[in-house]
Amino acid sequence: MKPDLQFDFLVDKARNRITVKREFAAKRQLVWDCHTKRELLDRWFAPKPLTTRTKHMEFREGGYWHYAMVTPEGQSFWNRLDYQTIDPIDGYAALDGFCDEAGVVNPELPRARWDVAFTAAQERTLVTTVVLYSSPQDVQKAIDMGLKDGLASTLDRLDELLPSLQA
Amino acid sequence: MDNNCAALDSIFHALADPTRRAVVQRLGRGPAAVSELARPFAMALPSFMKHVGILEETGLIRSTKVGRIRTCELERKNLKAVELWLGQQRAIWQSRYENLDGLLARLNGEDDET
Repeated sequence: MKPDLQFDFLVDKARNRITVKREFAAKRQLVWDCHTKRELLDRWFAPKPLTTRTKHMEFREGGYWHYAMVTPEGQSFWNRLDYQTIDPIDGYAALDGFCDEAGVVNPELPRARWDVAFTAAQERTLVTTVVLYSSPQDVQKAIDMGLKDGLASTLDRLDELLPSLQA
Repeated sequence: MDNNCAALDSIFHALADPTRRAVVQRLGRGPAAVSELARPFAMALPSFMKHVGILEETGLIRSTKVGRIRTCELERKNLKAVELWLGQQRAIWQSRYENLDGLLARLNGEDDET
């Protein structure tokens, strides 16, 4: 990342909310496209060393994105993002959630609401994502799930990268 | 073991309260007596003890009484679960956005060529 691109990760424990803000050196339309088109999402969404594989994408209100984040060993972690409101190219709101390969959401696990906003700043675009859980209990379930499943251990390597990236 | 899981269940709830967050933050600097912990807060001691009780039930802190003085300290192991998860979430977003930087640069490059 270019050193002068803003990145904020803000945790609001009192409101069960995480806010992620990131600047990109590109025009808003292009950043929007990268968030809303399957062929582009497949090229960036999963954190390294995982890759993204879209099984279904219908970017409209009431539609959903069903995708897997795949480890180098071939293990898939399935997720589903259900689009609630879409306001091109200003933002969208969606429900995130764990699911299986068939796209069936596990009702035991909490779903977080994502509010994603795209704002232009000169030649740059600021993307603000608010991840909102409906209760402290839901956050705790997400934590338990996140720490239990294999994705966590895959990502542990990322934690090692953090100090150098933050510098 | 069961106790541990039940305690983990309510960590986030415990940390949702500003008084309890402040207590945990203070204890991050080392153990402290309840009377010292209570001092910054304008509330009666019984109310403050309720907060201490919730933090103890959650397993975030533990307290020991010697004579008339009750001293609290952090249970770092349990606090770590939340912080670890948040660290992972942060790392996920950071990594995926670096991928996006690369993709945007390539797409912008393709644009320039046309």
